[in-house]
Amino acid sequence: MAQENQDLTPITGAATDVAPLGRHAEKPAHELTSDEDVDVADWDRVAAMAEFRQLVAGKRRFIVPATIFFVVYYFALPLLVGYAPALMAKKVWGVVNVAYLFALSQFFMAWILAGLYVRAAGRFDEMARNILKKLSGEKLKGGRAQ
Amino acid sequence: MNASVVMFLVFIAITLWITWWAARKNTGSNAYFAAGRSLTAWQNGIAVAGDYMSAASFLGIAGIIAFQGYDGFMYSVGWLVAYLTVLLIVAEPLRNAGKYTMADVLAYRLSPRPVRAMGALSTLTVSTFYMIAQMVGAGALVSLLLKGTGITFQSAVIVIGILMIVYVVFGGMLATTWVQIIKAILLMSGTILLSVLVMKHFGFSFSAFFQAISQVSYHDAAGNLITQDFLQPGLRYKPPYGALDLISLGMALIFGTAGLPHILVRFYTVPDARTARKSVVWAMVIIGCFYILTTFLGFGAATIVGRDFISRNGGTNMSAPLLAQALAGDLFFAFISAIAFATILAVVAGLTISASTSFAHDFWTNVLHHGRERAPGEEVRVARVTAFVVGAISITIAILLGPNANVAFLVALAFAVAASANLPVIVLSLFWRRFNTAGAVGGLATGLLSSLILILLSPSIMKANALFPLENPGIISIPLGFLGAVLGTLLTREPHAEEKFTELNVRATTGLGAEKAGGH
Repeated sequence: MAQENQDLTPITGAATDVAPLGRHAEKPAHELTSDEDVDVADWDRVAAMAEFRQLVAGKRRFIVPATIFFVVYYFALPLLVGYAPALMAKKVWGVVNVAYLFALSQFFMAWILAGLYVRAAGRFDEMARNILKKLSGEKLKGGRAQ
Repeated sequence: MNASVVMFLVFIAITLWITWWAARKNTGSNAYFAAGRSLTAWQNGIAVAGDYMSAASFLGIAGIIAFQGYDGFMYSVGWLVAYLTVLLIVAEPLRNAGKYTMADVLAYRLSPRPVRAMGALSTLTVSTFYMIAQMVGAGALVSLLLKGTGITFQSAVIVIGILMIVYVVFGGMLATTWVQIIKAILLMSGTILLSVLVMKHFGFSFSAFFQAISQVSYHDAAGNLITQDFLQPGLRYKPPYGALDLISLGMALIFGTAGLPHILVRFYTVPDARTARKSVVWAMVIIGCFYILTTFLGFGAATIVGRDFISRNGGTNMSAPLLAQALAGDLFFAFISAIAFATILAVVAGLTISASTSFAHDFWTNVLHHGRERAPGEEVRVARVTAFVVGAISITIAILLGPNANVAFLVALAFAVAASANLPVIVLSLFWRRFNTAGAVGGLATGLLSSLILILLSPSIMKANALFPLENPGIISIPLGFLGAVLGTLLTREPHAEEKFTELNVRATTGLGAEKAGGH
């Protein structure tokens, strides 16, 4: 305890502070390497499970197109501002031009995409939970058999 | 001492007391490992927003819009869209795998010593760039408040810079979640209030407001009166290189956020990936609203205060405080200045702590001394010395840059370094089986060096004789960072790292084994 109090991020030890310094005890879990954190599961078997493959494929089906979409939509703004200034300077609502409205639309694009992702991710959570449940079920059965 | 200085000090004292009190109240949770699990999504989301919105967002963007109109608004856009990279690609795998810093992710399946060493250097560099901007902001703010006492920008930066570092290092303000939450709430309230006052000035008529923006007048360096439409792009980014510079800035902003050390650690503080995701969404709502409001801060300052007046009174970074003074007098000016100062202090605290502990822990102990502390308290001493060195470097560079360097522009350079060095290796380590130690070291080194060299050769340092024409290096240095990582990987083979990819992939996808990381 005295040791901890010397820390740069002392006493309060609040949630997000960097790891306390001057630790002599064992490494915290997040610092473990793959060689130090073993025996959690049979990784190759999990990776081969049909449920796991479905989860990876499902995530990829959402994340890859979503990433491509937002990158293209976002970079369209500096590209058009830089290379099509006449189009962007066009006034559409009073003095407000295309450039400003397009910039504003980026905010809504980001929010909507985030919303869609949260909805899709609910499904991924469900799939991940099923995998974990199946694994712990097997472990229990194995335990009883012994 | 005038009334606004007294009011400023009173507001600062109240803010410090509130944060101290809130941090104290949170003491019950013993160590940070256990405490981290208790945060809810919205609390963590506000804290992410608080960590993110530094002097650059408040003072910097307001200033850049006030001086260069629409082009400044591009910073606001990029800084929000950046969170899609965080949300879709980085936050959840990081939380699922139970990793806290970039170095933790890399060390998991690669050779720990070299990657921790390079990771610590990169963290130190990004934090220093970020810190320079905070120092410029603090110096400009204090010299404006004490205007008339003869204090110069230089002496303000030195005195305030040293005070801030001493205060942070000896435990006055901690980069705790509660400090960031309170700061974010203060900053949002101040911004909303300012925006409402701007609209009140225009009789709550958007068309009157935009009409004024389309006819902003100021005097140029030669003394000619210029009237411009500030909604038109191109006031900052002019041909022939303006378009490329704008793309370069955009790349740095949207790929840099996911590589910022002090943002990454925030996903370790929530119970699971689901909460990490929700907290990013909360942060996006708050940050997005804030950046939309920069329209009122920036264009409000351009139309109500005017470029000429701002130039004579502290320069570009003082646009938002001067707007407050013009709209509601000295008391409100003191209030907004105090919020800006508290913002700077909280960000300096976060940066100092993440930079100095990363150096002391990852570099000093783990790399130089094989993970063993030679004497009790050595790591803490090294961290303190590091904090002072980082502080001294940022103070020196801040003085060299002077009060007219826009802080949003300066922070965008930190984003460029993070996007070039950190993002490539984080992404490749999570998603590319073949990735290995040589790739990580190569990627970090090329990203770091290329972005630093291009910044040194850019117009902001070399002025008219610049060898590199763009003010932001991202468009060249981000691809170079990826290239270095890929080449380093392809030139060597590391079967152990490839074998362990399956394990990392299963963890990052399902969160299997992450509850163990939370068990401490």
